[in-house]
Amino acid sequence: MARNATAAAEAPTPKTPLFRDPRVRGIAYQVLLCAAIAFLAWAAISNAIENLARAKIASGFGFWDNTAGFDISQMLIDYSTTSTYGRAFWVGLLNTLLVAGLGIVFATVLGFAIGIARLSSNWLVSRMAGFYVETIRNLPLLLQLLFWYNAVLKALPSVRESLALPGGGFLNNRGLFLPQPVLLPGGGWALVALAAGVMAAVALRIWCKRRQMRTGKQMPTFWLTLALVLVPPLAVLALSGFPIGFNFPESGRFNIRGGIEVLPEFMALLFGLVIYTAAFIAEVVRAGVLAVAKGQTEAAYSLGFKPGPTLRLVVIPQAMRVIVPPLTSQYLNLTKNSTLAVAIGYPDLVQIFAGTVLNQTGQAVEVIAITMAVYLVISLVTSGLMNLYNRRVALVER
Amino acid sequence: MSGGLSTGHDGGAAGFVRERLVAPQPPPVATSGVVAWCRENLFSSPLNAALTLLCVLLVIWVVPPLVKFLFVDAVWDGASRVDCLARPDHPEMGACWAFVIDRINFFTYGFYPIDGRWRVNVFFALLAFGVAWLAWLDAPRRDLGVAYFFVVMPIASIILLLGWPAIGLPRVPTTQWGGILVTIVVATVGIVASLPIGIMLALGRRSRLPAIRLFSVIFIEVVRGVPLITVLFMASVMLPLFVPESLSPDKLLRALIGVAMFSSAYMAEVVRAGLQAIPKGQYEAAMALGLRYRQAMRRVVLPQALTVTIPNIVNTTIGLFKDTTLVFVVGIFDLLKTIEAARVDPNWATPVTSTSGYAFAAIFYLIFCYGMSRYARMVEQRLATDRKSR
Repeated sequence: MARNATAAAEAPTPKTPLFRDPRVRGIAYQVLLCAAIAFLAWAAISNAIENLARAKIASGFGFWDNTAGFDISQMLIDYSTTSTYGRAFWVGLLNTLLVAGLGIVFATVLGFAIGIARLSSNWLVSRMAGFYVETIRNLPLLLQLLFWYNAVLKALPSVRESLALPGGGFLNNRGLFLPQPVLLPGGGWALVALAAGVMAAVALRIWCKRRQMRTGKQMPTFWLTLALVLVPPLAVLALSGFPIGFNFPESGRFNIRGGIEVLPEFMALLFGLVIYTAAFIAEVVRAGVLAVAKGQTEAAYSLGFKPGPTLRLVVIPQAMRVIVPPLTSQYLNLTKNSTLAVAIGYPDLVQIFAGTVLNQTGQAVEVIAITMAVYLVISLVTSGLMNLYNRRVALVER
Repeated sequence: MSGGLSTGHDGGAAGFVRERLVAPQPPPVATSGVVAWCRENLFSSPLNAALTLLCVLLVIWVVPPLVKFLFVDAVWDGASRVDCLARPDHPEMGACWAFVIDRINFFTYGFYPIDGRWRVNVFFALLAFGVAWLAWLDAPRRDLGVAYFFVVMPIASIILLLGWPAIGLPRVPTTQWGGILVTIVVATVGIVASLPIGIMLALGRRSRLPAIRLFSVIFIEVVRGVPLITVLFMASVMLPLFVPESLSPDKLLRALIGVAMFSSAYMAEVVRAGLQAIPKGQYEAAMALGLRYRQAMRRVVLPQALTVTIPNIVNTTIGLFKDTTLVFVVGIFDLLKTIEAARVDPNWATPVTSTSGYAFAAIFYLIFCYGMSRYARMVEQRLATDRKSR
């Protein structure tokens, strides 16, 4: 240090050696890093070309239109063994989105309930919620999935001894079989009425909000909305003599036909994801509500708010600001964790595409790259949407 | 409210003076004791009373059957599946602990040769010693502890577990490793690799050199944006393509590389949060003292940043420890995979075998993860009091 000081004093324009100049060093480091990455990439690619040529594996995305030739146990779009690999990709992606979407909805509901329960003044309720969170968070998700699948759902009775559920469903070790509602001719009008009711309800809400902003008068929108949504379709149904039929599952000797079939793999994955993620969401919610200063609640009470509106109008809007960012990452975690489907055989994107398709084609680079790209896109889209929402609830600073 | 108040019949200042005394109120029923506690915490309102009853019903529905399954009806010793099947004198079968006890060596060591199992035990001891040294915040010479944990112990463990014929330790290929050994090895490698790499990536992300920043951001965001399973698949199927055939890494090493990449990206974000928590004045003070970048980071910034992130590092470690189960998917014999293999063994297959195996794994993971989370909370409280007393 002393040396530097004297050097600075002696020479007004210090002549630093080139390799001590921070700018030169910075550029040198970056050039080194780029060179190292370029070398690694070059070595990897040349090795890959050589290895692929030796193993006689094609490269490129030509396999996309080849016939897949394998079966998939659950599909939302038409698929058969003669379909292409591309079709199989879409089937897998839709299955992933289905389980992730349902999982997010249920996990949010359960997580908010448990998070609020943890804050309850009721000792027993808060202790039990705390016990749930501590236990579930500390067990690996894969263990929970295996438990639900192998120890619970696969241990159910076989097809011949299916458990009959009230309302005409069956539950056995091949899955859950539910009656499928079918719209008979004329039932379409009920759907039209439902859509009209929903639109009317939205319009009413907007009008009430404007009126309240203008005059300060509130209206009991909840019951009106409920009535608008429920009454028209029910009225149409009643007038047209309930044109809804049910396709009941029928128990055969070896299998159950008809109705909606819910695979045990799907149920196990959904249970596992919902129960696991709900524990994390509960912690997020608890932290969010605790982050709202107590003075806010007290101020609302002193203004004459009742506990319900205090929670709804004062605490929750402020808590949401704290809750939304970590909630987003929980949603993303749930989506990413849905890839554990591969361990219990639910046909999600990874199981179909990075499993079966990869094994059949051997084109590891392309298949893994596509799979990773899909999850990156899902991540980006989800966090983009949540950021949009976050901007809406975020504090508007002066 | 309005009871004894006169609202100013003769106007003026005396408007709120009470004219007649309020009758004395009865003493409060109880403000302490069991009854009062229950009244306040369990039955404060009709809704709360209903919730309490619901919870009690839930407890009654869940806990006694669980205790019955785990302890009362459980089978503690036996030699084969026959002992764990329901019999007339034992109609309801509980957990088959006899199965777990019989296979405990398989669950712990996998296929590790029996006469070499002491090596695994020594590895566990070395690891426990290192963890204790680092976890005890007032331990002497924690700098030596860091050197031990990140350099000495890994090298010693590799020699010990893999073997080195020159010093009389026969080689044990990783295909023979399994069970808790592999679970602990994967978790340890994840942590030992992720902290240094994570620190480098976090510093890289905050660097003012654009190329280094860009590389760090891309690595962190891509790895964090994809599921661990795809990273493991990538490591296990793509890595062999990218290296010359002669160098092809073995299966466990491939999975370890995947886990190390994954945990580094998460650790980088944890460390970055710690770096951001350090006030700018600390950087400036270090610069003003004439410290170079590396000195400033090593002597001033990182010690503070890492101390405040210890709870988060431990929490990330808990996540990593749970995620080690995913190596199961690429065919590595970790604890879960050994249980999966053992539970379908015809010698032990009974209706309760699967549940017993899973219960054992659950207890194992619960003890470790819960212990770590308690430790994280303890450090957090200590840091909070440190900050207050300063």
